[in-house]
Formats: sequence, structure tokens, C-alpha cells
Amino acid sequence: MALNIEDIHRIAYLARIEINEQEAASTLTKLSGILGLIEQMQAVNTEGILPMSHSQDLAQRLREDVVTQTNQREVFQAIAPMTEHGLYLVPKVIE
Amino acid sequence: MINSSLKTLSQMLASKQISSVELTQTFLTRIQQHNPAINAYIALDTDKTLAQARAADARIAAGNAEALTGIPFAQKDIFCAKGWKTTCGSKMLANFVAPYDAHVISQFDAAGAVNLGKTNMDEFAMGSSNETSYFGGVKNPWDFDRVPGGSSGGSAAAVAARLCAAATGTDTGGSIRQPASLCGFTGLKPTYGLVSRYGMIAFASSLDQAGPMAKSAEDCALMMNVMAGFDERDSTSLNRPKEDYTRGLANMVGAQPLEGLRVGLPKEYFADGLDADVAKVVQAAIAEYRKLGAEIVDISLPNSQLSIPVYYVLAPAEASSNLSRYDGVRYGHRAAEYDDLLDMYMKSRAEGFGAEVKRRILIGTYVLSAGYYDAYYLKAQQIRRLIAQDFTEAFKQCDVIMGPTAPSTAFKAGEKADDPVAMYLQDVYTIATNLAGLPGMSIPAGFAPSTDGKALPVGLQLVGNYFDEARMLDVAHAYQQVTDWHLQMPESLK
Repeated sequence: MALNIEDIHRIAYLARIEINEQEAASTLTKLSGILGLIEQMQAVNTEGILPMSHSQDLAQRLREDVVTQTNQREVFQAIAPMTEHGLYLVPKVIE
Repeated sequence: MINSSLKTLSQMLASKQISSVELTQTFLTRIQQHNPAINAYIALDTDKTLAQARAADARIAAGNAEALTGIPFAQKDIFCAKGWKTTCGSKMLANFVAPYDAHVISQFDAAGAVNLGKTNMDEFAMGSSNETSYFGGVKNPWDFDRVPGGSSGGSAAAVAARLCAAATGTDTGGSIRQPASLCGFTGLKPTYGLVSRYGMIAFASSLDQAGPMAKSAEDCALMMNVMAGFDERDSTSLNRPKEDYTRGLANMVGAQPLEGLRVGLPKEYFADGLDADVAKVVQAAIAEYRKLGAEIVDISLPNSQLSIPVYYVLAPAEASSNLSRYDGVRYGHRAAEYDDLLDMYMKSRAEGFGAEVKRRILIGTYVLSAGYYDAYYLKAQQIRRLIAQDFTEAFKQCDVIMGPTAPSTAFKAGEKADDPVAMYLQDVYTIATNLAGLPGMSIPAGFAPSTDGKALPVGLQLVGNYFDEARMLDVAHAYQQVTDWHLQMPESLK
């Protein structure tokens, strides 16, 4: 399926990446090339084939419901862009 | 000393011929001398490094050293190391100081190894030339005009230039093996699930796997003994008994140590697209294996040509999901100015990610978006099974698969930087192994002439069955007993 410039803006919005007109144009060319490569898959008949997500078809392990980690708020917030009173600060979302 | 094997270094340390501090200092001096030009390391912390060396010396003196105690290693900057700047080659994490250790790092620490520093890499491991790094490209030690390969380009250059005893890397589509081929050393990507991914910054979680990058198979075996093992903090870590990966190496003696070994050559790996000079080197290596007693059988991996299209659906899809965590809230880059929360996300991500990472996030977002999931993601997962089944069939006819690691020798910086599709084709022979979850290796097999008259390294790829690393290491070791390609280093860096 061929992409157009509106698609690029829509995908960039879904991915939450700001993109200007110039970037959108060059992205369109490169993404179209990559999708052309991917298109080769469509020639393969995959009817009835079970999708494979992992090489070892593992079941998820369960563990005991016990505390294994202690709170390290100070350590983790030391690398945050903006905090106050132990909270992460973001622009106001509720008026 | 810079060319010594890990085993020799270990013996020198044990017999007090040298201290870990002296050995570490030797490498730190070489780093100081050569790193400004090569750009292999992007974070150094001499105090931390020397403190580890002193602790190793104390441990050796106390008589409880292990095989790697006191030996200095380079760590790919994808591994979180507590108190170390851990950037994953991205502006997004340019100021990220890891608050905890990756499993791989704690394993090396527990073994008493010394961390020399963090190595450069393609941004979030997305690239095959190290040119997508926010911290600049890395020079191939064999020819400074050329790339070292990627994504583990910094570790690759550090090993090839002898700026470390050995290094770690990660391999999602070829990121250990392709640089090993382009820089002329031994690299192993283990079976998926063997080495814990805990603390290893995620790119494509169903494909990412860490492994050793070193001068020889023997060195890789010693590192695997430290790196592999069950870790409950990684949900895909496999709970298997501990193995000694060096156990078979000593048996690789005599004229035909590989008698009875069946080596499969996939016809698809010797078809169009393979450089003729590279093919010649690979064929010569296979002839050497015949002399060592191996039986050569022709095999086919009929779906292997689909591995690149499948990979460029699955890896970006997983990446788009994994990289959604970088939102400028809890850690990582946040834009200086923004109007509201959405604007903050969009600007922080636009500023923090480089062009290739953005492309892959966008591809991933597209193939997972409403209406396209079945046509792309599901289809790719189905073909992934066909690719894995090809290997299952092939391993009924052979014990190890051999072929080229990369289609060409190292290319010039800038040559493919603006053409993602051409860059992706670098991994044409390595990606299928990741999709199947199989172990793969690259070992130095010789040199091919470049267009401008330089001799550039060529790697031979070995692919084994699941959990067959010990045998692959034996097979590589047998070759390294009768050849010296793996011992060569660039003349200008001696």
C-alpha cells in the first residue's frame, strides 16, 4: 500500500513524535522504500501457519506474591527531568 | 600483553607476573592514546575502573580469584551499570546515570572483572555501521575511512584495536556478528534466553540477546561461563543447568579433531549479492574445515530471503512499543519548552531520538495500527515460523551451518548512511538466526582486498542448533588451532 504525506503525519501523531513538513517529505520517501521491502512478504502463502512470537514457546513464569524490592523513590527520582515533593511534574492536564 | 588470551592473562595475574592495576593501566593508556581518533568508548571513569582493579588484586591475593578476576572488559553502552552514564547511543539518554546494574554487569562484577568503560553503539542498537550514534561514528581499526559495523561498533573497534581484553555486545539482527566480521574478531550471539536481558536497554525484546566479543573462541567460552545463566528478573530467561562452555576445547587436538562433524552450506547464502572476494575467503575456510575432518553437505534454507522483510516488521513493531517509555516524564530528555502534556511528549521525542530511530518507531507504529495488523505483523510472525522450520529441517542433515557473516567487507563511512534499505541488507545472513532464536558466531577467516588496496577482515559465520554453543565454540576453536587470522591486529595500532 502506498503511503502519502497525510499518512506520515498521522503515524507521527500516533507515535507522539513532532514532525515538520520537510521531515515528513523525506520520511515519506524512506518509509516507502522500507515498505517496498516488506511487501515481499505478501507473495507467501501463510494459511494455517501458527504465528511465532518467541523461539522457545514458553509459558510465563509465576512467582510467589511477596515483596522483593524496597522503595527507591529518591534514587529513581534523582534522574527525573522534574520532580517536587516526591512527585513527577508534568504540565497541568486537569483544569 | 594486549594480544594475550584471557587464559594467559588469568595465569599472569594468578602468578603475580602482573597486577590487575598494571594490566588495567596498560589498556587505559592505550585508550587515552587511540580513543580520541577511534571513538570506541563514550564513557570512561578511571577512578571506578581502578577501584575495581585494586579490589581484584586484593581478591587474587586472598586466593579466591575466578577465571576472569582482574581482567579489564569493555561494556556496550546498552547495559545499565550503576553510577555509570548509560546512554544507549542516544541523546534521549545523554544524561542518564543508571540507578542499577544489568544482569550481565553484575555477573562480570561478581566474577571480579574490571569495567574499562562504556562503548559507542548505533542509537538504541538500530544500525549496522555505528553511524546512527548521537556520539558520532566509530573508526574501523583496519581502515579509519571505514565503519566498524554495528550496532556494537564501539565494542568491535575496542576489541580489534586492543583497547580492552574483550568486550560485550548485543545482537538483535547481527549486531555482534557483522561487526565481528568487519573488524576481524570472534563474536557469539547465544541462543535466545540464555543470557538475561535484565537491565539491557530494550530494542526488540523477542530478538535481543547479549553475547561475548573477543579475540578467540576460547575467550568467548570463558565469557559465556560468566554471562549465561537463569535470571528470574527476565521473563524470557531460560532455567537450565549451568554449563562449562570450555569443556570440549581441549579435545580439539590431532589432525582431524572434527571427524564426523557435518557442516551444512545453505545454497541461499552463496547466491547473488555476496561479494566475490568474500566468497573466496569463506570457501577457503570451508576447505580448511574439510581438512580438519568435517564432512560438507549442501543444505537449503528456502525462506531465508524473507528474513529481512519479516525482521523490518517485527523489530520496528517491538521497538515502537519498547521506546514508548521515553516520554520525558520519569527519565531521559525533556524538551525545554512546550505548551501542554501532548506537546511535551511530541517535542521531547522529536528532539531526543535520531532519524533512524524515528523511522523505525514510525514503521512499527504503522504496521501495528488499526487495519494493518494482520497484513503485516501477523503475517511476519507466520513467516518467522517458516524461517525457524527451515533450520529445524536443515539440522536433520548437519550439525553446524556455515557461510558468510556479511555480504561484503567494511564499507566507507557515509556510503550507505542515507539509504536505509541498502544498510539493512548488511544483515542478510545474520537476521534469520535471530528470528529462529538460534546461536550464531562469526570468526575471522582471512582478508579480502578493498578497492583502494587495503586488506580488510572477512568473517565466517557458524550457526548451531539451540543450546549448541559449546560445540560451536569447539568447532571455532579447532579452526583457530590451525589458523592465525584471529591473532592478527592492525599494524598501525601495535
